[in-house]
Amino acid sequence: MTLGKASVSGSKRVGKPSQGVTRENARRAYRLMLEARVLEEKLAVLYRSGKIVGGVFLGRGQEALSVSLGVHLRKGDIYAPLIRDQAGRMAFGDTILDTLRTYLGSSLGSMRGRDGNIHRGRPAEGYHAMISHLGAMVSTVCGGLMAKRMRGETGAVGATCIGEGGTSTGSFHEGMNLAGVEKLPIVVVVANNQFSYSTPNERQFACADLLSRAEGYGVMGRRAVGNDLIDCLGVIGEAVSSARSGEGPQLVVADLLRLVGHGEHDDASYIPEFLKMSPLGEDCLDLARTKMLEIGWLSDDEVTDWQKIIEKEVEENASKVLREPAPDPSEEDWNAFSSLDPQQKQHLQTGGRQ
Amino acid sequence: MSNITYLEAIRLAQQRVLHEDPRVFIYGQDIGVFGGAFKATKNLAKEFPGRVLDAPISEDAMVGLAIGAAVEGMRPIIEMQFADFSTCGFNQIVNQAATLHYRTGTSCPLVIRLPSGGTPGGGPFHSQSMEAIYAHYPGLIVMTPATVEDAYTMLLEAVAIDDPVIFCEHKFLYYHLKADRLPETVLPFGKARIARQGRDVTVVAYSAMVHEALAAAEELTHDGYDIEVVDLRTVRPIDTDTILASVARTGRLLVVGEAWPWGGVAAEVISRVATEGFGLLDAPPQRLNAKETPVPYHPALWGTHRPTASSVANSLRQLLEL
Ligand SMILES: Cc1ncc(C[n+]2csc(CCOP(=O)(O)OP(=O)(O)O)c2C)c(N)n1
Ligand SMILES: [Mg+2]
Repeated sequence: MTLGKASVSGSKRVGKPSQGVTRENARRAYRLMLEARVLEEKLAVLYRSGKIVGGVFLGRGQEALSVSLGVHLRKGDIYAPLIRDQAGRMAFGDTILDTLRTYLGSSLGSMRGRDGNIHRGRPAEGYHAMISHLGAMVSTVCGGLMAKRMRGETGAVGATCIGEGGTSTGSFHEGMNLAGVEKLPIVVVVANNQFSYSTPNERQFACADLLSRAEGYGVMGRRAVGNDLIDCLGVIGEAVSSARSGEGPQLVVADLLRLVGHGEHDDASYIPEFLKMSPLGEDCLDLARTKMLEIGWLSDDEVTDWQKIIEKEVEENASKVLREPAPDPSEEDWNAFSSLDPQQKQHLQTGGRQ
Repeated sequence: MSNITYLEAIRLAQQRVLHEDPRVFIYGQDIGVFGGAFKATKNLAKEFPGRVLDAPISEDAMVGLAIGAAVEGMRPIIEMQFADFSTCGFNQIVNQAATLHYRTGTSCPLVIRLPSGGTPGGGPFHSQSMEAIYAHYPGLIVMTPATVEDAYTMLLEAVAIDDPVIFCEHKFLYYHLKADRLPETVLPFGKARIARQGRDVTVVAYSAMVHEALAAAEELTHDGYDIEVVDLRTVRPIDTDTILASVARTGRLLVVGEAWPWGGVAAEVISRVATEGFGLLDAPPQRLNAKETPVPYHPALWGTHRPTASSVANSLRQLLEL
C-alpha cells in the first residue's frame, strides 16, 4: 500500500523499544491492565449475580491498546474513552471506586445514578463522559482543543478511541475531517477487533485497510499491534508526542480481538475459532507479562503481589459500594437545566406552574 | 442609529458579545470573510480575528466542537446555515448538549442560531420551523424572538445563559422588521409579552406569527372586537402564567404557529390551558398551524400553507361565534 501526503508508519518495532516505552511506563501500564482485568472480572460476577442493572461492557483483550493511550496522557489533556477502555480510564485517573459506583448506581458516584456503566466521566477535568452514539466524541474532543488554542494554551493533546464499527458513522468522518482541517493535536485510536457487536468487517467497510483513511483525512496514520503492550506503548507514545509537538492529528489503527462478548449478555459465538487461535486471539496480558519477564522489567513475585493487592482493593471497594445508598427519587431535583437560580430552574421545568 | 433590521440586531448582538466576552467565538459555514449566507456575521471575522471561523459542511461536528469548547469554558455560537440543516447535527444537540449537565453536572453553555421559517421560494428544505422538536428535549432552552429588540437582547441573554440555547431567528423577519434603537433592558427570557391588549380573544403566537396575529387583530377591530396577542418569546421555558392570566381576561384562546400542528408548541399551549385553566375557557381552545405537508416552494402554495393575517382573522371570527 502506498500512501501520499499523509504518511503512514508501520509498527514491527518489537525488540526496538522507542520513545514512550520505558521500564517505568511499561510497569505502570501492566499494573493498570491488571487492575482493569481484575475489576472487570468482578463486574462480570456482579452482573451475573444480578447486582448490576443494565449492560456490562468489558475490554478484555484490549487492555494493552487502551492503557497505552491513557499512560501517555497527562493532566490538562482531554480524553474521551469509549466502551473498551477501562484500562485507559484508570491511567487517566479514573478509580476502581468510581467505576463500581457508576456500575452499581451509587448516588455517591460521579454520575449519581443518572447515567451508568461506561457512560461516566468528569468533563470539567478533561475526562469526557461518552454518549452512546458512536463517533460523537471525536468532534467534542476537537472542540476542547479549539478552546485551548484560542486561549493560547499549548502543549495539551486530546485523545479518543473507537471501534472499527464506529468508524462507519458520519459523526466519526465529520470529526476526523474537522480535526484534519484545523490540524488539531488529537490522537484517535481505532481498535479493530474485527467485529462490531456481531457484524464482521466485510459487512462494515469495503476499504482494504482502515489505516488508508488517514490519507483521506489528511492526518498521520500509524499502525500498532493491538495485543502487544510494548508495541502499543511505542506507537501511541510517538503519536501522542507528535500531536503534542504540533504535527497535527494522529490516527492509530490496531488489530486485535475482544476476548469477551459485546456485553456480558453476549456469548460471542459468532467469533470463529480460527480467529481466536490466531495471533490476534492472544491475550495481551499474558503477552505483556511474558515479554516483560523476559527483559527483566517484571518479576513473577511482583505480578503475584500486585494481583493480590488489586483483588483485595476491588473486593473491599465492591462491598463498600454495595452498601452505599441508591439515588432517592424524592431527593432528586429532576432538573435538566444548569446554573440558574432555583426559582428560575423551577420556572424552566414547569413553565411556572406547580 | 436608525432603521436597524432584525438581521442587523443579530449581527450587532454578536459583535457586542465578541467584544465584551473573550470566551465567545462563532463557528459556521461561510461565516468568516464572506459574512454568512445572510450576512449575520458581516465584517466580524475582520474585527475579531480567529474568533469567527468557517466550518466544513459538518453540522454534527460543528455542534460536537461547540460542546467540547463549552466544556472547556468557552461560549460558542454556532450558525446553522438554515434551521433545516440542524437535523444533521441533531444527535449532538439532543443527546450530548442537552444531557450533559444532567448527567455530569458540567454545564454546556452554547448557542445554536437557526435561521428559521418560511420565505417565498424557500421550499421544503429551507423553510422549516424546528422549535417544537428542540423544545421537546429537557436541557435545551428554545428562543423564538419576534421583534428586532428581542432578537438583540435575547441573543445577548442566550450567550450569558449556562445552558444550550436554540435561537430560532426568523428569516422572514430579517429585513422586514426595523427598529430605531436597541434596548438595554428587557423582559427576562422565559417571560411572555403582551404584544397587544384586548378583551375578547387571546391569541398566543411567537416569532413571525406574532405579526400575522397583530395584523389579524387590527382587522378584527373593524368587526368591533378587541383581540389580545401574547408573544411567547421563548417556547421553552414557556410562560404558562402569562397565558393563563390572559385567558382569564378573555375566555377564548387561539394559538398560532408556523410549524406543523402535530406535537407542536400550539398543542403544548392548549394542553396547558386545558389542564390548568379549563374553567377560564368560554369556548373550546383553537389552534392554527401550517398545513400538514412539507413546506411548498411556490409562493402561491406557500402563502396558503402557513397561517397568515387573513387565515388568523378567519379563525378568530369562527372562535368568536363558538
Ligand atoms: C450510532 C450508534 N449506532 C448504534 C449503536 C449500538 N452499538 C453499540 S456498540 C456497537 C458495536 C460497536 O462496534 P465497534 O465500534 O467495532 O466497537 P467494539 O464494540 O467492537 O469495541 C453498536 C452497533 C451505537 N452505540 N451508536
Ligand atoms: Mg469492533
